[in-house]
Amino acid sequence: MSAAPELAAQVFTITRADLVAYAEASGDHNPIHQDDDVARSVGLPGVIAHGMYTMALAARAVSTWFPAAEVVSLGAKFTNPVVVPAHGGVQLEVAGEVRQPAADGLTTVVLTVTCGGQKVLGMPKAVLRG
Amino acid sequence: MPVDQSLVGREFPPTGPRQVSEDDVRAFVTATGGRYDGGPAPATFPIVLAFDAMNAFLEAESIDLFRIVHGEQKFAYERPVVPGDVLSATLRVAALRQIGGNDIITTASEITDADGALVCTTGATLVHRAAGA
Repeated sequence: MSAAPELAAQVFTITRADLVAYAEASGDHNPIHQDDDVARSVGLPGVIAHGMYTMALAARAVSTWFPAAEVVSLGAKFTNPVVVPAHGGVQLEVAGEVRQPAADGLTTVVLTVTCGGQKVLGMPKAVLRG
Repeated sequence: MPVDQSLVGREFPPTGPRQVSEDDVRAFVTATGGRYDGGPAPATFPIVLAFDAMNAFLEAESIDLFRIVHGEQKFAYERPVVPGDVLSATLRVAALRQIGGNDIITTASEITDADGALVCTTGATLVHRAAGA
């Protein structure tokens, strides 16, 4: 695999309309991703992005960096909510760093996913083959 | 009301097989801001199957979806999902603990194809926010 260890950070904008489209596409109709009142009723600051939406963007960044690679594993903790305002959007930045390729030929990409400078995913990581 | 501790170790019936179409994959890719030109589904697509299984589990246990916040998700893949796959998911409750009035539910799901072959395993941690929490 011939990628530089330093990967150019990618920035994505998340809007409420994206969350509506994602709910349809994924089947995740949890109202905390659509309705401020419901989100606040369970102690959230307002509508938040699906954790899996954020992870999907992280995976998109990885596939942009390594278009030919097969993903062997992918995972993250959802440590801070990504609050999505009713108007406009919120920016998510995905940065990545390649760990030294292991003897098994797999490449580990350690990600840093932030929103407004704050990390929103804990230990996000993808392991790639090829 | 806390989630019943006896759930730990329980396996729920497989979700009804779901045929993955190109349109399903396109909708998923488009919703996450990408463009789909055919080929395998994105790495997080199997969440669609895992979510089916989670919904069935929550319904069976009368747990409100809106009280659930996602804590962690991980996938280990045998192969990518491709359009035409007929997949089902089998969910098992792996662990359950209570922290500060919330239930922390750890699930493990196996996603298998029409031949019964494993496509991916996926683990989720779900935070169930108790009423009044």
